[in-house]
This record gives sequence, C-alpha cells and structure tokens, in this order.
Amino acid sequence: MIVNGKQKIWSEYQKDIPDDHYFYVRSCIRQNFFPASEKIFLDIVQNKLGLDFFETEHHTTCGGIAYHSDTIPMETLMTIVARQFALMTEAGYKNYVASCITSFGIYTEILETWRHFPELEAKVRENLWTVTKREFNKPEYLAHASDVIYKLRNQIASASVNKLVNKETGEPLRVVDHIGCHYSKMFPSKGVGGAEYPYVLTGMIEAWGGEIIDYPERRHCCGFGFRQYLVKANRGYSLSNTHKKFESMKPFKPDMIITNCPGCPYFLDRWQYVISEMEGKTYGENSQGIPVFTYEEVAGLVLGYDPWDLGLQIHQTGVEPLLDKMGIVYNKADKYKL
Amino acid sequence: MGMLFDKLMEDYRFKEGLNACINCGTCTAICPAAEFYKYDPRSITNTVQNKDDSEIEALLKSETIWYCGECMSCITRCPRKNAPGLIIMALRNLSLEMGYFIESEKGRQQYVLGKVLCGNILNYGYCVYPRTFKHSEHPESGTVGKWIEDNLEAVHKRLGSNLDGDGPGILRKIPKEDLDEIQAIFDITGATARLNHVEKLSLKKADEMGLTQEKYLEHIFNKTEIDHQH
Repeated sequence: MIVNGKQKIWSEYQKDIPDDHYFYVRSCIRQNFFPASEKIFLDIVQNKLGLDFFETEHHTTCGGIAYHSDTIPMETLMTIVARQFALMTEAGYKNYVASCITSFGIYTEILETWRHFPELEAKVRENLWTVTKREFNKPEYLAHASDVIYKLRNQIASASVNKLVNKETGEPLRVVDHIGCHYSKMFPSKGVGGAEYPYVLTGMIEAWGGEIIDYPERRHCCGFGFRQYLVKANRGYSLSNTHKKFESMKPFKPDMIITNCPGCPYFLDRWQYVISEMEGKTYGENSQGIPVFTYEEVAGLVLGYDPWDLGLQIHQTGVEPLLDKMGIVYNKADKYKL
Repeated sequence: MGMLFDKLMEDYRFKEGLNACINCGTCTAICPAAEFYKYDPRSITNTVQNKDDSEIEALLKSETIWYCGECMSCITRCPRKNAPGLIIMALRNLSLEMGYFIESEKGRQQYVLGKVLCGNILNYGYCVYPRTFKHSEHPESGTVGKWIEDNLEAVHKRLGSNLDGDGPGILRKIPKEDLDEIQAIFDITGATARLNHVEKLSLKKADEMGLTQEKYLEHIFNKTEIDHQH
C-alpha cells in the first residue's frame, strides 16, 4: 500500500515502542511529589500485565535539574548519564525507560550529541572508566514511561472499570493535556506526535473514553523554568506562565488536566491554589479548581484503583469533582488517614 | 574574532545553536521568559553572531542571560534551526567560568542553586530530596504541602515509598558506594571546581555587601532589588 498525504506525514510522528524488557529509572520530582504514580506504573506493567521492568537501587538522579539550572557542566551530566547506561548494560538490558521528561530530554540530547561529536563520547567513556571502572553500551531504545502506557492504552481500556465519561450525562469528559516541553520540543521525532501534534496523552484519553480539548496555549510551558521556580525571588515567572495557560483553557471548560512531565502537574496544581489565594479566582466549576493528574493516576482511576492509593490526597486542588463526575465511589474519611 | 567568541565556539551547544539568525523574532514571540522579563532571545542571538567581544562581555555580565527558563520552545519554532536556549546555556557556562556571573543580581543566584541542588545530589543522590524541601521556602506547596512535611514518613509509607530504606524503590537510600562514584564524577568532570569557584567569588561578594554566608544565601534566594520586568 502506498502511504501518502496526511497518513505519511502522521507516520513520521509515530514511535515503534518495544513491548517488554525495560531498564527502569526513577524521577526525582515524581518520587518527591507523586510517589504513588511510580508505584502504580510498576504495579500495572509488572503485576497486572506481567512485563519485565527492572530497577536497581544503585541508579541515581540524572542530574538534569542541576544541569538545566546551570550548576554543573555538561561533561558532569554526561558522565552521570553514562553511569546509568553502564548499570543498564551490567543488568543485561537494551531498552531504557525514564520516569521523567527532563531526563528523557537529556538522554535524547546526549545520544544525539555523541552522534554529532564522537570525541565527547570518547572523553565521557574515559572519565567514567577512570573513576568507576565501568563501561557501557548505549540503549537500543529510549522511552519515556508514558510511551509505554500509550503503547498499552488499549490493553488498559480492555481491563477498565471506569471510563472518562460523565456518568450523569453520558458525555465524554473534556480533558486538557500537557505533554511537557522537554518531551518533544527539542527533538520532535522522539515523541509520539512530535511537538505540533502531541498525541502521547491524547491517545490514552481517547482510548479511555474522554475527549481532548485543543486550546490556544496548549503547547505553552507550565512555567517551571528550573531556576525560575527554584529561587523564591524568581517564582513570579513560574506563576505567570501557569496563569496564562489557565486563562487560555478556562473558556473551554475542562473537566480535568492530564500531564506527562513529573513537574508540570505540581505547578498546574499548586499555582491554581496560589491564584485562588491571591486573587480569589478559580478555573473549574462551582468555584473549584480544575483537577490535575499524572497519566499514571488517570490509568489507575480507569483500572479501578482506590483514589487514595493513587496519592490523590496529596494534590492541593481537590480531585473530588472529577471522581464524582466519573461516578467513582470513595471514602471521604479515608482521605487523610495515615 | 575575539577571545570570548572563540571560547563560546568551544561549547557544542553554541556550535549547534547558532546557524545564521535572520532576526525574524519568532523565538521572542514564543518565549515564556520574554513575556515576563525584559528579555529578547532574538537580540541575544544577534549579538553573539556579530562576534563583538565587548558586546559579548556585556552580555556575560548582564541580568538578561539569566532570564531564560530553558524550556527550549524556541528550538521548535526557529525557521533557521537556531537554538537560543542552547546559546544561553553556553553564555551562562562562560559567565560562570569567567566569574562575570557575580556582576548581576540574577547571576549571583547560582550560588544558592548550586548549594541546594548539588548538595542534594552529593548527599542523597537526588536533585530534589523531601527532607530538604521545606514548606517555609515553598509556601506554594499549600496546606497539603505542610501536612506532608509534618507527616513525611507516614505519608510516604502510605503511598508506597521506601523513604531512606534499603533496596530499590521510591526515595530509597542510595548506597554510599554509589554516592562516592557521583562525587568522583563531580571531581573529574569539573563540577567540584565549578562549585568551589562560585563559592569563592560569592563569599567575596558577601563580604563586600557586609553579609555573612548565611545572610548572603538568604538574600540572593529571596530578594529582588532591581526591576527585571517589562
């Protein structure tokens, strides 16, 4: 069959994602702010679907936030990443999956850079060997954890207990997606749908019964900006960018937001609280916020996990409006039970 | 060509990021920082491509190179495949190397960023670590953030973390031998030297300002004394 026109263009934005056998590395931010999301991810792929995802306690941060805050040189970052690749090689894996978008962007950038500047790779190999006596193979495949859930979205749909549908009206829930800048803005061919046609989360939402909203600032940064959030004196930058997105999405009346990056849901959640405190302004129905989720949390809701096992109690913007729309039964008294 | 331009050209990010800018301004139109700060990635790209060392030196000492959030939205949109975000990273790197960062309010913040982030990496193996992420410094984390801080171990236990525990898992204690390897990587690749260099110049500046190290860190983390916005 000749693939032409839109179909041909679209085929260039797809990724051939392996089914199984991954070396899994965690995200600093997700572990801190959405720890249950990583637990649920592994529970889905390992226990529910019986796939091989290996983790070693010896892996560390990739150094990405320190690098993008310009506190460590590029050579340091590359050597930390090379050490992670060495751990993958020693464990006998070829597919590498990161739970973090900043990491995913960094791994992608480093592999591309080494292709263009092989002398940098040689220097990194030499430094790594000198200080750790480790050697490494480069991953044959690099994925972000959401790529895997995207790949498994129909299997998850088949096993679903809940749909992204308003139980009262029967209408699909209206969902805003946020894929995170470093997923595909630097290397569009490495992300499902590229930077222009973000599909990694849209594919999940459509498979699980929801409807994606395309709004003007869909591709705008959440406002993290590394040093622009981390230093208190700079946080107006971060807040202002989130504010811009909410002003843009409000007329489209979203029921929920689904996010790709570990940091974005934190900012979209917490800055709603700050805007509400500062200006008394809210963006959801009935003077409430718009609930913000990680893609693992959404997968978990669809599969019927208890909301409090998913960690939804550590969101600042209440998630109950969405749970009620979906008709999910939950115990209010258990929310903050420890 | 001058010495500073030559030094920028040693950085692969600069070589990859600069491909004859046509001054269309698309990067500035799309830039989250340009909307908030007095920031114009188009003019920065144009300045460096003019290869004038005195102008580059002024940039390295300026506030403007510290306004970028490194979201890299500019890379997607540039019709000439320039990457102002990568040019900024090369400029910041050179500003740190030359010690020019100390001349700007935003540049001086590098000291607290390095202390916090690299401290977390070297001590715990994470860029962000829950026991050093304080609600008092992050009030936007909200009432829930305060509840998490007050019940840190119980909350993480409830959610399946292995906080400071042995073996794999969420927020596990990363073994000492691994942290030693990261320290050795910092030493051999110039990160330790970078941190020491930033600290030396920062403590000198603190002295000039009549501040102790602690007060200086507090000052650069919290204070804005000049107008950075439109």
